[in-house]
Amino acid sequence: MTRRERWIRKVLAAATFVAAAIPLAILIFMALLARPLFTTLPLLDLLTGSWDPIRGHFGILPMMTASLTLAFTSLAVAFPVSLGCAGLIYGLAPWTVAVPLRRLVQIMTGFPTVIYGFVGVFVLVPAVRHVFEAGSGRCLLSALIPLSLMITPTMTLFFCDAFAAVPRETLLAAAASGADAVQRFVWVVIPSAGKGLVAGTVIAFGRALGDTLIALMLAGNAAQIPSSLLDSARTLTAHIALVIAADFRSLEFAFIFLCGMVLYALTACAALYAWKIRTGIGKDAA
Amino acid sequence: MRVRRGYLLISVFLWVLATASGACADSFEAFRGLEGTLKISGGTAHIPVMQTLAQEVMRRYPAIRITIAGGGSGVGIKQVGEGLVDIGNSGRKPTDEEIAAYGLKLYRWAMDGVAAVVHPQNPVRALTVQQVKDIFSGKIMNWKDVGGPDRAIHVFTRDEASGTREVFWKKALDKGAIRKDADVVPSNGAMKTAVATDPAAIGYMSVGYVDESVRAVILDGVEANVDNVQSGRYPVARGLYSNTKGDPSPLAKAFLGLLYAPEGQAVIADKGYIPVTQ
Repeated sequence: MTRRERWIRKVLAAATFVAAAIPLAILIFMALLARPLFTTLPLLDLLTGSWDPIRGHFGILPMMTASLTLAFTSLAVAFPVSLGCAGLIYGLAPWTVAVPLRRLVQIMTGFPTVIYGFVGVFVLVPAVRHVFEAGSGRCLLSALIPLSLMITPTMTLFFCDAFAAVPRETLLAAAASGADAVQRFVWVVIPSAGKGLVAGTVIAFGRALGDTLIALMLAGNAAQIPSSLLDSARTLTAHIALVIAADFRSLEFAFIFLCGMVLYALTACAALYAWKIRTGIGKDAA
Repeated sequence: MRVRRGYLLISVFLWVLATASGACADSFEAFRGLEGTLKISGGTAHIPVMQTLAQEVMRRYPAIRITIAGGGSGVGIKQVGEGLVDIGNSGRKPTDEEIAAYGLKLYRWAMDGVAAVVHPQNPVRALTVQQVKDIFSGKIMNWKDVGGPDRAIHVFTRDEASGTREVFWKKALDKGAIRKDADVVPSNGAMKTAVATDPAAIGYMSVGYVDESVRAVILDGVEANVDNVQSGRYPVARGLYSNTKGDPSPLAKAFLGLLYAPEGQAVIADKGYIPVTQ
C-alpha cells in the first residue's frame, strides 16, 4: 500500500466514523432533552397515555396510532398504483405511453409536499366534508390521499429498477414456454423482483411516516386515538411541528423529543429491514 | 376565489414583513455602539414580535446577540427578578408582591384581544359566553341550538403552546374543557384559513388577525374589535408586558424603545397585537 492509499484509507475511515457517529449523537441528544419527561412520569404512562398536558397527561399513543395508520393506509393505496405504473413503464404499455409516464413519475418525485397540502386545504378538505358529511373534512382520509400521491412516484421508480434487474434469461425462458407479456409480468417478473418490491415499499413507508406538512395541514390534529379514517388525528411529526414553539423548559417541549425518538426508532426499523432485504438480494446473486 | 384569497394573504404577509424589516433606520440607531448579549425569556405570546425585531437588530449590528427563550409568564418574571435574564416577558401584569420583591419595571407594549370567529356566511352573529363554553366543551354540537342552521359545529382550536389559546381558555372558556376531537391548527393564519373555508366552523384568533374572510362573534353583546379591546369593554384580552429588574441595561433599554417606535409597532400590529404607546 502506498502512502497515498494509506492516507485515502484514513480519510475514508474518518468519514465513515463521522457518518456513523452523527445519527448516534442525534439519538443521545434527543434522549438528553427528553430526560425531564422520564424523570417526572413513568415510561408506561408516556407510551400508553393520552395527550392532555393541562391535566398532566403526556401520552404518545394517539400520535403513534395516527402516524402508523396514515403510513400503512397510504401504502395500501400507493402500492397497487405504483405496481401498475411500474408495470406499464416496464413494457406492458406501448412506448408512446410508457415514456411520458416515466417522465411524469420522475417529475412528481420532486413535488414539494406543501403544494399537496395547500391544494388539499382548498380542494380536498371541502370535498371530503361535502361527500361524507362527517366533521370538518380535516381527517386521516384527507391526508392519506395526497400522501399516497406523494409516495407513489418514489415507489414506482424503485419498482421499475427492481423489474429491470430481472435476468434476461429468465424472461427468455418464460417467452419460450409460450407466456405472453402479461403472463410473463405477473408470473415471472413480479415474483423475481419480490425483494426489490419490499425494499421500495419500506422506503415509501419511511417517507409516509416522516411527512409533516400534509398531515399538519390536512389531518385535523386532534390529539385523540382515531376510530375511523374520517376522524381528525395528529401524527408524531405534526405534533412536533405544533409544539416546537413551546417554551424550552416545559414538559411539552421535552415531549417532542420523545416523539422524535419514537420516529427515529420506527424509521430505523424500516431502514434496517430494507437493508436486510437488499443484502438478501446480493446473497441470491452470489 | 378562495385559493386566490389565500395567495393574497400570503403576499400581503410577505409584503408587510419586507416593509417592516426594511423600515428606516431611526430607532435602530439606538443600538449603535452597543455590544454584548441581551437575554430575554418568559411569555410565549411575545416571541414572534421579539424574534422579528431581534433578528433585524442582529443583522444591523453583528456585535449584538439577542437570545429569546420561552418559559411562560411566571418563568419570565422569576428569571428577570433573579437576574438570570435582562428582560422577562409576561402575558399578565406582574402582581404587586412580585413588583415589590424583585423591584420590577413594567413595560406594557401591546394589547392582545382574542375573538371567537365563524364563517362570514354563518347567520349566527352573537353568542353568550355560556354558549361559547358549551360549544367548545361539546355540550352544544349543532348550530341550530344557538339560532343557526341545522348543521354540526366544527370546533377549531390551537395547540397547548399557543398564547392565544391560553387567553381564550382562561377568559372566554373560564378554564373549561375543550372537545378532544376539535381540530387543531398551528397558527393564527392557519386558523383564519380553516374558518374562512368551512361554513360550519368556529375558532378563535387574535383580534388583529380578523378581516372580512372571517367574522368575529359578538360576545355577550360586545363586539370584539380593536376599540373595545383598547377600552377594556371586550373581556377576552390582556396586555403583553416586558419587565426589567430596576432600570434596564443600555441594550435592554434600546430594545424596549424599539417596541414603542414606529418600526416595533409595525411588527406588533403585523403579528396580530394592538401596539400601545408609551
